[in-house]
Amino acid sequence: MSAVVNGAGKVVDFVDQRITASNWLKRNIRKAFPDHWSFLLGEIALFSFIVLLLSGTFLAFWFKPSMTEVMYDGAYTNLRGIHMSEAFSSTLELSFEVRGGLLMRQIHHWAALLFLAAMSVHMLRIFFTGAFRKPRELNWLIGATMLILGVVNGFTGYSLPDDLLSGTGMRIIEGGILAIPFVGPHVSSFLFGGEYPGDDFISRLYIIHVLLVPGLILALVTAHLMILWYQKHTHWAGPGRSERNVVGYPFFPIYVAKSGGFFFIVFAVTTLMSAAVQINPVWLWGPYDPARVSAGTQPDWYVGFLDGALRVMPAWEINIFGQPLSLGVLIPALILPGIILTPLLIYPWLEQWVTGDWREHHVLDRPRNQPVRTGIGVAFITFYLLLWIAGGNDFVATIFDIPINWITWFMRIAVIVLPPIMFFVTKRICLGLQRRDREKVLHGRESGVIMVSPEGEYSELHAPLSHEAAYEVTAHRRQTPVRLDPETDENGIPAPRRRIEKVRARLSSFYFGDVVQKPTVHELEAAHHDGHGDGHGDGHGDGHGPAPAALDRGEPEPPGERSEIGTGPQP
Amino acid sequence: MSAISARRRHPVAAVVVLLLTLIVIGSAYAAFAPESSAEARSATSTQVEEGRKLFAIGCATCHGLSGEGQVRDDGTVLGPSLIGVGAAAVDFQVGTGRMPMAAPGAQAPTKEVAYTDEQIEQLAAFVASLAPGPEIPDIDALDISAGDVARGGELFRTNCSSCHNTTGQGGALTWGKYAPSLTGVEPKHIYQAMLTGPQSMPVFNDETLEPEEKRDIIAFLQAVEEEPNPGGLGIGRAGPVPEGLWAWLVGIGGLIGAAIWIGTKAS
Amino acid sequence: MSTHQSAETPAPGGDVERVEPTGPPVPETIAEPIPDPGFEERTDRLTDIDARAERRAERQVAGMFALAALLVVAFLVAFFVFQIEVDSGVVEAVRNSNLALGLTLGLALLLIGVGAIHWAKKLMTSHEVVHERHELRSTDEVRAAALGDYDLGVEESGFGRRKMIRNSLIGAMALLPLPAVVLLRDLGPLPGDKKAHTLWTADVRVVRDGSFEPLRPADLEIGSLVNAMPETFEELPESGPARINERAKSPVILVRMEPDEINAAEGRENWHVDGILAYSKICTHVGCPINLYEHNTHHMLCPCHQSTFDLADNGHVVFGPAPRSLPQLPLAVDDDGYLVAQSDFTESVGPSYWGRRR
Repeated sequence: MSAVVNGAGKVVDFVDQRITASNWLKRNIRKAFPDHWSFLLGEIALFSFIVLLLSGTFLAFWFKPSMTEVMYDGAYTNLRGIHMSEAFSSTLELSFEVRGGLLMRQIHHWAALLFLAAMSVHMLRIFFTGAFRKPRELNWLIGATMLILGVVNGFTGYSLPDDLLSGTGMRIIEGGILAIPFVGPHVSSFLFGGEYPGDDFISRLYIIHVLLVPGLILALVTAHLMILWYQKHTHWAGPGRSERNVVGYPFFPIYVAKSGGFFFIVFAVTTLMSAAVQINPVWLWGPYDPARVSAGTQPDWYVGFLDGALRVMPAWEINIFGQPLSLGVLIPALILPGIILTPLLIYPWLEQWVTGDWREHHVLDRPRNQPVRTGIGVAFITFYLLLWIAGGNDFVATIFDIPINWITWFMRIAVIVLPPIMFFVTKRICLGLQRRDREKVLHGRESGVIMVSPEGEYSELHAPLSHEAAYEVTAHRRQTPVRLDPETDENGIPAPRRRIEKVRARLSSFYFGDVVQKPTVHELEAAHHDGHGDGHGDGHGDGHGPAPAALDRGEPEPPGERSEIGTGPQP
Repeated sequence: MSAISARRRHPVAAVVVLLLTLIVIGSAYAAFAPESSAEARSATSTQVEEGRKLFAIGCATCHGLSGEGQVRDDGTVLGPSLIGVGAAAVDFQVGTGRMPMAAPGAQAPTKEVAYTDEQIEQLAAFVASLAPGPEIPDIDALDISAGDVARGGELFRTNCSSCHNTTGQGGALTWGKYAPSLTGVEPKHIYQAMLTGPQSMPVFNDETLEPEEKRDIIAFLQAVEEEPNPGGLGIGRAGPVPEGLWAWLVGIGGLIGAAIWIGTKAS
Repeated sequence: MSTHQSAETPAPGGDVERVEPTGPPVPETIAEPIPDPGFEERTDRLTDIDARAERRAERQVAGMFALAALLVVAFLVAFFVFQIEVDSGVVEAVRNSNLALGLTLGLALLLIGVGAIHWAKKLMTSHEVVHERHELRSTDEVRAAALGDYDLGVEESGFGRRKMIRNSLIGAMALLPLPAVVLLRDLGPLPGDKKAHTLWTADVRVVRDGSFEPLRPADLEIGSLVNAMPETFEELPESGPARINERAKSPVILVRMEPDEINAAEGRENWHVDGILAYSKICTHVGCPINLYEHNTHHMLCPCHQSTFDLADNGHVVFGPAPRSLPQLPLAVDDDGYLVAQSDFTESVGPSYWGRRR
C-alpha cells in the first residue's frame, strides 16, 4: 500500500512541479458522484464508443476501402469465383482468414448498435428527469449532436462492406437525394462521382467513417465530459440533497472502481454477444449488385424509423415548373428528420420560454411532476416506435401472419392518432400519481388495516409517512402558469409583444394549468387536525382548515418569490 | 430434354403419349414397380383411373370433377383449373401437403401429407392425363453434389432472393400471401416449384432457367442450410431486425441490469 | 449530522466538503410543507461490522481477478489451438475459433469489471460525501473586468476605429471559404442526361441475366418471369464503373400472361409479344430492384417499401409509396426470332428527379 502511495507521490511531485497539478487534483479527486442506475446510461454510450475505436482500428488494418472489382479466391468456398469489390472481399478475408477477425467485426457491429441505443436511452433519461434545464442546455445540444453524428457514422459503417443488403440501403439513400428539388441529381452526381453507384463511394464513405465523424464525436465527448465535470452531477431529491449541494460517492476511489468496472462490463457484454450471436453475415448476403435485391431488406435499427416512414408514406408527387417533386419521398426522408430534430435540439430553450423558468436546476424532476413534458416524451416514443415497427412491417407480417397491406394502413393512421392519445393517457397517469403523492403526504399511506367506528363505519387506517419519505415527494418546486400582464399599464400604454405573450401564457397554462400541487403547510396542518382517513383527495382541497383561500387551493405565489431552493442540510 | 419440352404442346403429343402408354401396358407388367427409372413414371391407365377416383373424393369439390376449376358466383376462384398443370404440379402440391387445402385462404400452407406416395402418383397421372404439362423431373439424374454453389448463389440472388430472402428464409408478399421458407424442403419439390410456379410464384421453366442452373440453385440452398453459423447463433440469418432486437433486449437490457446492480448499496 | 466527516476523521482531501453555502441566494418566502430532515448517515454494511464477511468479500474479488488472468491465458492458448487455415470446413473452424476467443476474452473482461465493482461496493468506503455547488455565473466585478479587457483590446488594435482594415479583412475572410467549395467541384461531373437513357435501343436483344443468352418468345410460358439485361451489356469495358452503373439502370424483367389479360394503354398495344411484357426492374419509388412477381395477380411488389405495380395494367401503382408506373420497355421479335427492344424506355427509369425525362 505504501509503495503505491510513494510511487504516486513521486509522479504527482514531478507533474506538480511543472503544471501545478496538485491544485487541480485537490479540487477534483474527491468529486462527488451520486449513485443511481440511470446515471450510468451515458457511460454505456461512452464505453461502447471506446470499444468502437479499439475494434475499428483493428478492422482498418485489413479492410480495403476500394470498389475495384476482383474475383474472389479466398477461404469461403461458397463465393469462390464470384466477382466482387475489394471492399467485400477484404471483409470476407477479415471474417475467414484472420484469427479473431470475425470476433472484431462482430464486436464492432454490436458495439455500434449498443452505442446508439445507449445514447438514445441516456437522452430519454435526461429528457424525462429535466436534466437538460439550466445550466445544462449546452450539454443537451452537444449530446443531441453526437446522436446525429452517431447515426451518420453507423450508416456509413454499415455500407462499407459493400454487400447486397447495405448496397440496397445506399440505393435508397440515392433515391432520397434525387428527390431534392433543383439540385438532387447534382448532389447525387457529386456524391457518387458520376452515375450511381460508380466506383468511388466506398472510399469516400470510409474517410468520413474513420476520421471525420469519429473525430467530431471525440471532440464533442471531451466537451460533454468537461462540462459535466465542471457543473457537477445532478441528483435526486432526498434528505440533505438540495439545489445547492451534490451528495454522492467520491470519484476516487469509488467511481474509479465502479465506472472502470462498468467499462469492462460493457466491453465484456459486447464481446460475449460477439462470441455467441452472429451479426451481419455478409457472406450470406453476397456482394452488392444494383440489379439484385433480397426480401427483408432493412437498415440497422437506428435508421429503421426513417425506412418505416418511407414505407407508410402514401404516394404523393406534384409537378412544379413541369418538374416532379416527390413529396412522398421528400417528406419521410428529409422533412421528417428535420421536424423531429429541430424541436429536439431546442427543447430546453422552448420549455424555458414557455414556463418562464430561467433558474438553475440541479435536483432532478420526477417524471410525474412534469405531466406535460412526460406526456410529450411518451408521445414521441410512441411515434418513433410505430415508425420503427413499420420499418420491419414485412417481418411483422410473416411472424404474426397479418397481411402487410393492413399493417401499412394501420400505421398510416396510428402514427397520427396514437401519439396524441398516448400524450393524454400519460398526462392523466402523471396527474393521478401526483394526487396519490399528495394524499400520502396529507393522510399517510394506506396501511391495509380496516377500523370499524362505534357507529359501524368502516375506514382504513392510514399510517403516516416518514419524514424523509414525505420530504422526497414534496421537495419539488411548485409550478404555476406564466401570468399575463394586464393589457395596458396604469397609464393606458399597451404592453409590448402582447400577442406572443398571449401564446406563451396559453402554452404555459397547458404545461402547468392542471398539475396537482403539493400540499401547503396549512393544508398539512388542517389534515392532521382532522385526523386521518377523511381527506377528499381531489388534489384541489375544498377549504377545510383555517388556511387562507389562495394557499389552501394550492395556488402558489408568483414565480421568483417563493421558496426556490431546499433549505439544505442543517448544521 | 428441351427438344421434348418444345414439342410437348404439339397437337400430336397427346396421341403419342397415349400410344406410348398403351405400348408400356402391353409389353410389360412392370408398370406397378416402384419408380426408379424415367419410363416407370409413365402413367398407366389403371393409375389414371385410380387417380380419377381419388380426385373425385379429395379434390373435385374445389377443382371440379375433370379438374376444370370452379369459380364462385361472386367471381372469386374456388379452385383453379388444373388442365395443363402437369404431374410435377400435383407431386409438388400434394407431396408437400399444401393440397388438399384445409380451408380457403390467401395461400395454401404446407402440412402433413394426406396421401401415400402411390396415391400421389395416381393423382399426378390423372391430372397429367387431362392435358400435357410439366412432368415430374428426374431429380436423381441431376447430381446435386456436382452443382456449382457459387453460381447457384448468384442465380438465387438474381431470381429468387427478392421473395425468399438471401438464404431462403422466405418473406411477405401482398395481402397475406408469403414466400415460404426453403429450409428443409426436398430438392425435388424445389425443382418442381421452379418448374410449375405454384400459387403466386412465377414459372422458371427449363428454357428460362436451365436444369443445370436449377441444380446449382438447389446446391446453393443445401450448402447454406448445412453451413454452420461461424459467428454464433444465427438468429434467423435475417439481418438488422433480429439484430436490433438483440441489441436492445439482451445488450441494453443486460447493461441496464448491470447498472442497477452498480447503483444499489451493498447490504 | 449532515456529513459523515466528523471532526476526528480528517477529510482526505478533495473539494471542500463542508463550507458555508456559496450557492445562489435563497429567497425565503413561505415555508415548504415538509422541511428538509437533513443528510442521513447510512447504516453500516455487513462487511463493515463482520470481519468474516469482509474477508469473504476480499477473497471473492481476488478470486475474480485471478480467474480473469487465467482466462486471458486461455485466450492466448485458444488463439493458437483453434486454427482457421484448414483445407475444408473453414466455416466450422472459424466458428470454433470465434467462440473460444470471444468467450475467454469476454469472461475475462466481465470478471475484471464485476470484481472491481464488487470491491467498490463491499470493501471501499460506504460513506457518501456532500459537496456544495458554486454559482456558475461569474461575479459582476469579474464580468466587468473581462469586458473592460476586451474593450481595451479592441481599442488597442484599432479594430473599431480603422474601418478600412476591418472591412478589407472581413472581405478577405468572407471570400476564403470559396476555394474550399470550388475545390470540391470535381467530386463528380454534372449529371447531364445520363440518368435519362439506358443501354436499350432499337433491336438490342434481350438476354437472360446470368447466362446472357438471348430469348425466344417460346421460351417463356404463361406465368414465367425472366430477369434480363440488354445484350450490349457484355460489350461494356470490364474495368471501371460502366458495368455496375448499367446494372443500376438497364435491368428488366420479362413476364408472360394471356394476351387478353393485358390492358394496354393507348399506344402500347404492340409493346408486347404474344403476352410477353418487359418492365424496368428499378422501382420508381427510391430505386430498389424488384422482381417479386405474383403471376396469378400480375402484381409486382417491391421488397423494400412495398410499392405494388400491376403489370397487366401498364405497370400502374396499386399500393404503396411509389408515385409512378413502372416504365415499360417496348418489345419486338427480330428476324432470327429473338426478343429485342423496339427502342429505349420512353421515360427515365427509377426514382423521380428534377429534370426527369418523360
